[in-house]
Amino acid sequence: MADPMKMRATLKGDTAEVRVLMNHPMETGQRKGPDGKVVPMHFIQNVEVKLNGKTVIEGQTSQAVSRNPVFSFRLKGAKAGDKLEISWLDNKGDKNQTETALA
Amino acid sequence: MDALRRVTLKAAAAAGVLAATALHPLRVFAAGWNKDAFQAKTPADALKNLGAAAPADSSAIVIDAPQIAENGAVVPIEVTSNLPSTKSIAVLIEKNPFPLAGKFEFHEGAMPFVKLNVKMGESSNVRVVAEAGGKHYTAVKEVKVTIGGCGG
Repeated sequence: MADPMKMRATLKGDTAEVRVLMNHPMETGQRKGPDGKVVPMHFIQNVEVKLNGKTVIEGQTSQAVSRNPVFSFRLKGAKAGDKLEISWLDNKGDKNQTETALA
Repeated sequence: MDALRRVTLKAAAAAGVLAATALHPLRVFAAGWNKDAFQAKTPADALKNLGAAAPADSSAIVIDAPQIAENGAVVPIEVTSNLPSTKSIAVLIEKNPFPLAGKFEFHEGAMPFVKLNVKMGESSNVRVVAEAGGKHYTAVKEVKVTIGGCGG
């Protein structure tokens, strides 16, 4: 099971600034572990941002994104009370999501 | 009975995993994952697979990244596109083994802005390709990575 995500969204006028932290090892498949064996690739491939159930941002990512990725996005025309959902899915099929109401 | 049940469960679980891997489990993620572009080993190949072989230079794409990054494991990169109706932004670290780091598609309601942290193996150009009005535009910023820790 994936570790929890953290999300913070702040409204400035009608623009929401969203910051999300995902707990994920983001293994590149190039690093060797303590046993001398290559640690297999394990990284987030898809990130989706939904506002009130409608997809607003679709991201595809590679193993080059840093460990425990932090992304910032900006949404226009958002208002207090809007429901914001962010989800991710990795190359092993593991996934997680978090949601919050804009305030 | 119980042994049979375990076996059945295991088989079902294995089948589930197989199906998930084979079908690329992204039914909910409509965009899928552009394997060809992400596994490209040169920036040119990655761009070709993104359908952006020859992007035009544009000063309307603003890349905010450190000139010198002391820690190549976490290099913050902020991209804003001022091109009207920007549809997507892709970030490439030209000298990474696999240059394409991410691609973000923006739909109505999202501003063409993204900030992310990337890993950089060595000093490299960071190239951003934005798609707007059916055309591709690009901008570049060089980031130097100091492996030592002397802040050089």
